[in-house]
Amino acid sequence: MFYIHCPYCNERRSEEEFHAKGQAHLMRPANPEEASDREWGDYLFFRDNPRGLHQEMWVHAAGCRKFFNILRNTVSYEILETYPMGEQSSVLAEMTAGRERGEPRRAAGAVA
Amino acid sequence: MSKVEVFQQQPSGAVAAESPFHFSRQRNPLAPAKGEAGVIMAERPFLTHLILRGTPEVLLGGVRNVTGLTLPQTPCSMNSKEDKSLQWLAPDEWLLILPPGSEFSTEKALRGELGDGSYAIVNVSGGQTVLELSGPNAREVLMKSTSCDLHPRTFPEGRGVSTVFAKTGAIIRRPDAQRWELVIRRSFADYLYRWLLSAGAEYGITTQER
Repeated sequence: MFYIHCPYCNERRSEEEFHAKGQAHLMRPANPEEASDREWGDYLFFRDNPRGLHQEMWVHAAGCRKFFNILRNTVSYEILETYPMGEQSSVLAEMTAGRERGEPRRAAGAVA
Repeated sequence: MSKVEVFQQQPSGAVAAESPFHFSRQRNPLAPAKGEAGVIMAERPFLTHLILRGTPEVLLGGVRNVTGLTLPQTPCSMNSKEDKSLQWLAPDEWLLILPPGSEFSTEKALRGELGDGSYAIVNVSGGQTVLELSGPNAREVLMKSTSCDLHPRTFPEGRGVSTVFAKTGAIIRRPDAQRWELVIRRSFADYLYRWLLSAGAEYGITTQER
């Protein structure tokens, strides 16, 4: 049983109050009429299934009923960060910046 | 004044109202608790429940003028005064509970104050009801059925959370040090009534008519 931090309620609640809702940060093609079948098919049907860090949408179903994002490790199930919709992961940004500076990868896992 | 049509949803006096626990109480007549009751369960039926949605900037002033309550903006908190309460449910959603029969007048007054702003007011009085638990073991009974931490250190007076309760959902609130309130769905009322009777049996549970 996990405790998950809801960025809207601003506190940790038990996992049973939440539901997973799939991959986060999917962008709908800006102009669907001009999108190729491949682009549109990718958007509709194809999802990442990484071994390691994964950004997902979750919903606080029994609480405030808001969607938010989670950065989660699919191997260790460690939750590195939860952040509101419309924002980007600060942990992932920091890891990317750290890699560019030549720092070693942290133990949490490889970026997919 | 807003352009939304509002109508009186309550039937006039001729129709008798039955609380969601009407049949539960008949089917489960309570044997009086042996010795002193550890838990006292009381229903507060027919209250006015209104869901307010919108940004705090839109709602704050109008809600204060109409109800005299300040919109709580801290997550999981509630403001109450006498028999009125206003609870935070989500960043853009609040639950307003008022004495019975004030749905129509309150909604009209609120729409008059808030005008054509972007907000929603929904009367959910028929869909949910309030169950009040008090007594020395009230917290123990609730603790058996929820994963939410109810210790006074993390659950002070004036806190209210929407959470899982007895395999269903409920809002658990603590208006003051003596009382706990459950806001539950009408359709789950009988189930939760029997669940709580069973959960409270070991402490001695009794019901109170109000």
